[in-house]
Amino acid sequence: MITIEQLNAVKKEYEPKVAMRHGHGHFVDAGDGIRKDVLICGGTGCTSSSSMSVRDALLAELKTAGIADEIKVVTTGCFGLCALGPIMIVYPEGTFYSKVKPEDIPEIVKEHLVGGRPVRHLLYHETVKGDEILALDQTPFYAKQKRVALRNCGVIDPECIKEYIAVDGYQALAKVLTTMTPSEVIKVVLDSGLRGRGGAGFPTGRKWMFAEAQPAGKKYVVCNADEGDPGAFMDRSVLEGDPHAVLEAMAIAGYAIGADEGYIYVRAEYPIAVHRLEVAIKQAEEMGLLGENIFGTGFNFKITLRLGAGAFVCGEETALLTSIEGHRGEPRPRPPFPAVKGLFGKPTIINNVETLANVCQIILNGAEWFASMGTEKSKGTKVFALGGKITNTGLVEIPMGTTLREVVEEIGGGVPNGKKFKAAQTGGPSGGCIPASLIDTPIDYDNLIAIGSMMGSGGLIIMDEDTCMVDIAKFFLEFTVDESCGKCAPCRIGTMRLLETLEKITSGNGTLEDIDRLEELSEYLKSASLCALGQTAPNPVLSTLRYFRDEYVAHVVDKTCPAHVCKNLMKYKILPDMCKGCTACARKCPVGAITGAIKAPHTIDPEKCIKCGVCITTCKFGAIVKE
Amino acid sequence: MKKKLTTVVFEDTPEKASKLDALISEYKDVEGSLMPVLQGAQEIYGYLPIEVQKKIADGLGLSLSEVYGAVSFYSQFALNPKGKVAISVCLGTACYVKGSGKLHEKCMEITGIGAGDISPDGRFSYEATRCIGACGLAPVMTVNGDVYGRITPADVEGIIAKYL
Repeated sequence: MITIEQLNAVKKEYEPKVAMRHGHGHFVDAGDGIRKDVLICGGTGCTSSSSMSVRDALLAELKTAGIADEIKVVTTGCFGLCALGPIMIVYPEGTFYSKVKPEDIPEIVKEHLVGGRPVRHLLYHETVKGDEILALDQTPFYAKQKRVALRNCGVIDPECIKEYIAVDGYQALAKVLTTMTPSEVIKVVLDSGLRGRGGAGFPTGRKWMFAEAQPAGKKYVVCNADEGDPGAFMDRSVLEGDPHAVLEAMAIAGYAIGADEGYIYVRAEYPIAVHRLEVAIKQAEEMGLLGENIFGTGFNFKITLRLGAGAFVCGEETALLTSIEGHRGEPRPRPPFPAVKGLFGKPTIINNVETLANVCQIILNGAEWFASMGTEKSKGTKVFALGGKITNTGLVEIPMGTTLREVVEEIGGGVPNGKKFKAAQTGGPSGGCIPASLIDTPIDYDNLIAIGSMMGSGGLIIMDEDTCMVDIAKFFLEFTVDESCGKCAPCRIGTMRLLETLEKITSGNGTLEDIDRLEELSEYLKSASLCALGQTAPNPVLSTLRYFRDEYVAHVVDKTCPAHVCKNLMKYKILPDMCKGCTACARKCPVGAITGAIKAPHTIDPEKCIKCGVCITTCKFGAIVKE
Repeated sequence: MKKKLTTVVFEDTPEKASKLDALISEYKDVEGSLMPVLQGAQEIYGYLPIEVQKKIADGLGLSLSEVYGAVSFYSQFALNPKGKVAISVCLGTACYVKGSGKLHEKCMEITGIGAGDISPDGRFSYEATRCIGACGLAPVMTVNGDVYGRITPADVEGIIAKYL
């Protein structure tokens, strides 16, 4: 068992060790001989671009240079700017190295870590302004962000519980266990206005209240870490960068509703997150921060990890419970709601990772602090995974109410390659597309619903003029057809029929009646499906129809695909003025569809052409176009 | 994704069999233990052939249909072994918007097999996967666990050739 005094002693010892990473340029002497902290991202994005071999090279080079005792190398969670990985930050300066390769390490060590001169040509270009070198939070990408759920990601070593304790870790748990009653805890969460970050936006405090109101006995706290929306990775980043924040919040939730056991249901596709959770649970148990009689208060709480196995529907709360129980992850009808009859038939609350990541901060800083951020009905911040056709792909946390324009143009750095912004997709397969005309919409739960999309878990995929909206709707329907569990007929059959109709349209065989049928069928699916998967599956179709109906009409009436994506609806053509007759394309064409004399304009036989696109990439004169 | 039964003959070893026995007895009395047992068994064998499923069903006191029902439901459970060169392409939204659909076609063309299949000689297996979360590197493919990001269809052949 650990006492609060012992917890505070650890905090006091480790606070100076992480202090350098907050202030810019301020060296803090922790009395351990460390001059600088070098933080390397060990999140999925950066490790995929070999950040761990950069770390190994750095450790070896520090030894060679004889300064291994003066420089601390810390593997952290995600910094957010995944597009620039591997990322390395040197404190106290806060200098930001991007796309670091192991070959760059000797120069960085010699010049910067030994010589004290940052290697300018390896820095992230946005941080180099003339003679001045900016710290990372002065760049456009970070300046507009407000980090609450991600506050420790990219700051502490997620595999070291003591660093977490140094940044107020487990103080919130100590506070609730020793100074608050369960109903006071629920009141704070309720007053903060925190809503579920998993998609639906249900008030978290209300959920807790329902479960607390059930008769005492066995109850469960479940953390939903089955982040299935394609293109969404904020929950993974929280788990990879700050796993203890989630464990601590689960224990607080357990105290609030009277549960002594929690489960985390995490995607098996996230091996790093799973590993960090295992380490975190073990460390918390060893220190007595999870387990029996926490802080000597008589409160017990244990957490078990359960791995998902790749079923999107398991993100739906009742399906998730069925899966933990060891069955096919099929949803159950509600009511009874899980707060009444959940895991193994007992009262259960299910909260998403990002929701939980806010809880400790709310307890420590108060409901008013949290409620001061955001809009009237959507409080706090939201983490978005920014992806697709955008310069700064990565993870951003913004106050609710920030406009889509600020996210795309300022934080995201705009659409690359001079292309035009066409739409943003939120909410994954359950959400919709926001067209360019609505780019000034402040992002919050209710605004997104009003314009036919939804917050969802926070995927934000940017699309440019080369994206065909009918094709995107088809892409999402392919996903839901695959992932429909098959339990209820409206979803199982309805999604398939929607997909078939979309395929008919993209292959050039659609009619105007098909567009009407899509709308009609979508309404049936929304009203008759058993769970949210089927109820929201038509959203991609409905929202693209709402804002890009002319593209559907072009597909069925004009038999063209305006974005030149749908193969059956486009033709390759050689512009006679531009063609030099070099014969390069004719030689590369796999089906011999291109003919013409040397030094004379060539032509493509549309009957033979398979639209593979080899000719376009071959032509040096830009003479071949799609139409 | 529709799952196809394997044609590869199941080969057990005493070592693997005893690992599976230990796994089953560890979880025998744990509530809702089917998923962790299937995950453990897949780690031991690399996939879940019907012989292994039968053993798990008997060991946990479940019917084979319950076990097979779960195995066929979740996409992570493989009914086919992996090939010597295990290729996958991410078809998550971020990758798809950046053209992973073309990588997908290219991989099927090169390997001559469809998604979820293994070539008859056991050389290639190919999967179209859900978002692996490396969206910053989109579009992404992996070969034997190595991640290749920001690639075009023209790169695919060269990448696969490294593993032959």
